[in-house]
Amino acid sequence: MPDAIDTTHPRPAAPADPDREFTVEERSQAQLVLRRFLQHRAAMVSLVVLVLLVLLAYVVGPLWRYDVGQITPDNSAPPSLAHPFGTDAVGKDQFAQVLGGTRTSLQVSVMVALLATFVGTLWGSIAGYFGGWVDTIMMRIADLVLTLPLIAVAAMLAHNLGGTWYLIGLVIAGLYWAYVSRVARGVVLSLREKEFIEAARALGASNTRIIVRHLVPNALGSILVNLTILVALAILLETALSYLGFGVQVPDTSLGLLVNEAQTALTTRPWLFYFPGLFIIIIALTINFIGDGLRDAFDPQQTKVRQ
Amino acid sequence: MLLYAVRRIVISIPILLVSSFIVFWLGTLSGNPLTPLLLRNPPPPQSVLDAEAARLHLDEPLVPRYLAWLGGVFRGDFGPSVIATQDIGEELATRFWVTMRLIIVAMIVALVLAVLVGVYTAVKQYSKSDYAATFIGFLFLAMPSFWLAILLKQGGIDFNTIVGDQVIYTIGASSIPPPDGLLARVADVAGHMVLPTIALALISYAAWSRFTRASMLETLNSDYVRLARAKGLPRRTVMFRHALRTALIPLTTVTALDMATILGGAVITETVFQWRGLGDFLIESIRQFDTYAVTSWLLISATIVIVLNLVADLLYGVLDPRIRYA
Amino acid sequence: MTDQQTGPEILRVSGLTVTFPSGDGPVRAVRGVDYTLHRGEVLGIVGESGSGKSVTSLAVMGLLPPTAQVEGTIRFDGVDLLAASEDELTRVRGERIAMIFQDPMTSLNPVYTVGYQIAEAVLAHRDVSKAAARERAIELLGTVRIPNPDQRVDSYPHELSGGMRQRVVIAIAMANDPDVIIADEPTTALDVTVQAQVMEALAAAQRATGAAMVLITHDLGVIAGQADRVMVMYAGKPVEVGGVEDIFYTPRMPYTLGLLGSLPRLDRPAERLTPIPGSPPSVVNMPPGCPFTPRCPLSSEVCREVEPELVGVEDAAGTSGDGHRAACHHSSQLAGAAAGEVFDAGGGEDLTGHGAAPADPTALTGEAGR
Repeated sequence: MPDAIDTTHPRPAAPADPDREFTVEERSQAQLVLRRFLQHRAAMVSLVVLVLLVLLAYVVGPLWRYDVGQITPDNSAPPSLAHPFGTDAVGKDQFAQVLGGTRTSLQVSVMVALLATFVGTLWGSIAGYFGGWVDTIMMRIADLVLTLPLIAVAAMLAHNLGGTWYLIGLVIAGLYWAYVSRVARGVVLSLREKEFIEAARALGASNTRIIVRHLVPNALGSILVNLTILVALAILLETALSYLGFGVQVPDTSLGLLVNEAQTALTTRPWLFYFPGLFIIIIALTINFIGDGLRDAFDPQQTKVRQ
Repeated sequence: MLLYAVRRIVISIPILLVSSFIVFWLGTLSGNPLTPLLLRNPPPPQSVLDAEAARLHLDEPLVPRYLAWLGGVFRGDFGPSVIATQDIGEELATRFWVTMRLIIVAMIVALVLAVLVGVYTAVKQYSKSDYAATFIGFLFLAMPSFWLAILLKQGGIDFNTIVGDQVIYTIGASSIPPPDGLLARVADVAGHMVLPTIALALISYAAWSRFTRASMLETLNSDYVRLARAKGLPRRTVMFRHALRTALIPLTTVTALDMATILGGAVITETVFQWRGLGDFLIESIRQFDTYAVTSWLLISATIVIVLNLVADLLYGVLDPRIRYA
Repeated sequence: MTDQQTGPEILRVSGLTVTFPSGDGPVRAVRGVDYTLHRGEVLGIVGESGSGKSVTSLAVMGLLPPTAQVEGTIRFDGVDLLAASEDELTRVRGERIAMIFQDPMTSLNPVYTVGYQIAEAVLAHRDVSKAAARERAIELLGTVRIPNPDQRVDSYPHELSGGMRQRVVIAIAMANDPDVIIADEPTTALDVTVQAQVMEALAAAQRATGAAMVLITHDLGVIAGQADRVMVMYAGKPVEVGGVEDIFYTPRMPYTLGLLGSLPRLDRPAERLTPIPGSPPSVVNMPPGCPFTPRCPLSSEVCREVEPELVGVEDAAGTSGDGHRAACHHSSQLAGAAAGEVFDAGGGEDLTGHGAAPADPTALTGEAGR
């Protein structure tokens, strides 16, 4: 385990053979990261599970014999070959509903992750790079967003905007960017002090060049890790909103909405409740493990825990 | 230290003020309070709409409306509710402690559990129990809080069915009417709190135990812990006096920062267990487009979070001498 | 300070090996270290990062992480420390063997005053009152030459400079008059200007306690001023051991010579510094033979196949050096050579021109030089 050697000094790897030494030197950062990620067992298992789940939702879902919202003659049927996840009181096939809900929930959370990462990274990097009063004002704004219970604000805004999936995504992204901006600012602040940035600046590189050529590639690891974590956070917030009734609305469906509809029938039709919940957990869990693997791959020394 | 404290307190005041304006502005985005009237069939006459708009100060521009509302808040008047008979301030006051006792107890439970597990897994790093605790932590991080709460509620119902008696309460914050006698009343409230507390605590526990573990690992591997051992201090002394004491300092900040999330979690927990607390009030107010109620709710929660962060800041100053003089 | 045998034996390390499990296979950080320390003596251990010198000392203190596999014996005053229980070790640590670590910025706990941290070391081993421990702390701060010790005793570490903090760590080390002080790179993390002052405080501490000292460093300049004997380590093994003068004037292992060549000398201003090419080998999957082979200008076929033993060497003058031992197949070639002659961009050819008799012709071809 890596920390076992931490007590000794870091020793540069230099094989006996000079040729080998050079090949080691030239192995790119990307290859190293990839290799470390592939060795992270939990992350690799999670990746496989998640890919299978996405295929299930987007490939098997549309080919499945029932559509979302389609009413079948069987009502309140327990899981069987015809209805793997059973049916509800009016005869809707829960398998089709769950796959449909998964698609909606995934779409919302991926949209949130991309949008919030873009805005938050930009916001945090500008604040961190320029510092001074720009930094103070920008980060105070982000902090103010963070003092509000996101689910309350999201519920409020989403209720007024209506239950379309991309509007829900917009609302959630409009709150989560503040988290990203904090992380991005931290990364930029630490990079700003690094020698290679100083060197680039001393050589007369422009701000834009320093940001594009030096800051962004070096911050990429943190950004990617946060992107994955955001997907998990967003899916939990979206399903909670839909559960409370402020998220995705019928005829669309979401995993949270399915749990909401199932909660009164937990004793009589438990399958309606367990399957959508299980799908939320699997998605959030695998994404968290992938994020963990990415973090280890990009920065094996870092032990900080996500917030 | 005194100077540090005064400075922190002074900084908090403008933050609270700006926060109250943002909250008010967000409130106006939550919808038109006249919506329920407009949806009525047959639609009410224009004169009724105008009267309602005037009562809710909707005919005034944003800034004067905000100033009038803020002035009212200082006098204990949180603005007119859509429901003409409802006093928002009174409603918030009665519900406040219902929610706070849930939050405070859940936070204590989560903190104690998180520190115990975090320290144990850090000391036993890479052991089977460490892996198990890590996996459980990840599981709770990935678990939707409403789903877990419903599951706990069902577990309580099943348990009661098996026992054949109402042992665990699954609905409400207390029995209506309350039982006679102080002791019986306390026991009744405690009985109602068990499941919601677990549901709320487990969500924060996951993040906090992971944080404690990482923080503890950092101090355990630090040079000063190694020097403390080299001095010949007994293992327990090193562990508590040097590693744990220092590792727990950043946890104060993390706990305070998570306050907003816990308040959000309480909204969900109260919905599932049908408590008439702050969370339930928020949900109802949003449904009825009661903007002053929603705004006042957000103001209360923002104040709680900002005050708690201030307390954490001051506590940090007491615990870490490096901050005091900074 | 010359190599007089100062007193009876206090610490003997023999056959010490330390292995860490890692993802890439076992890391053999220490591969067989033997040394003896006498009372009052200063032993310098020199080597590059990763040569196993710090791990050796942590093994003596019993402070290696539990994953480390340690073999061999460490006899301290007749007791085998590797066989001792944690309780026994706790009594030895700080009381009889004290340690000073490399980085004073991180060695002290930021949340306690320096006085508290010194008093803590006293109270761990002495049954005295807190007030007496505090008095002792003030006295110790004075010994390590901290001005106004009765005020500084209540300072927090962040209020002190790096040099001051390292003095506090030295004060902690001498708190219980130990028999042995292990100083692991005590000045490496400090500014050059305060290094000398801290070394002075360390020497004062050693004089005051009469302790034997193991001084670990990669800085030969520090060794020259303080040590009686020197052990040079490379890739987890000692490669040359001897009195301080043997090592400095008649090094018999190319690596030692290389270290001397990397050292700026004020007495020979014209001479150019000669770096050793390459870097130390990875201690995972070490190839057979002498680990210094890839960087050594004298390397030959035998170096690649057989790892040389640490054996006694004769000095250039022909007199047998007292306890001077080296691990090199070509150590006899090195008698009287200077670093610039052995380590040169052109490889080993220069040496032939200086008339040293090549025992093995392949050693002097350019094959090994890069």
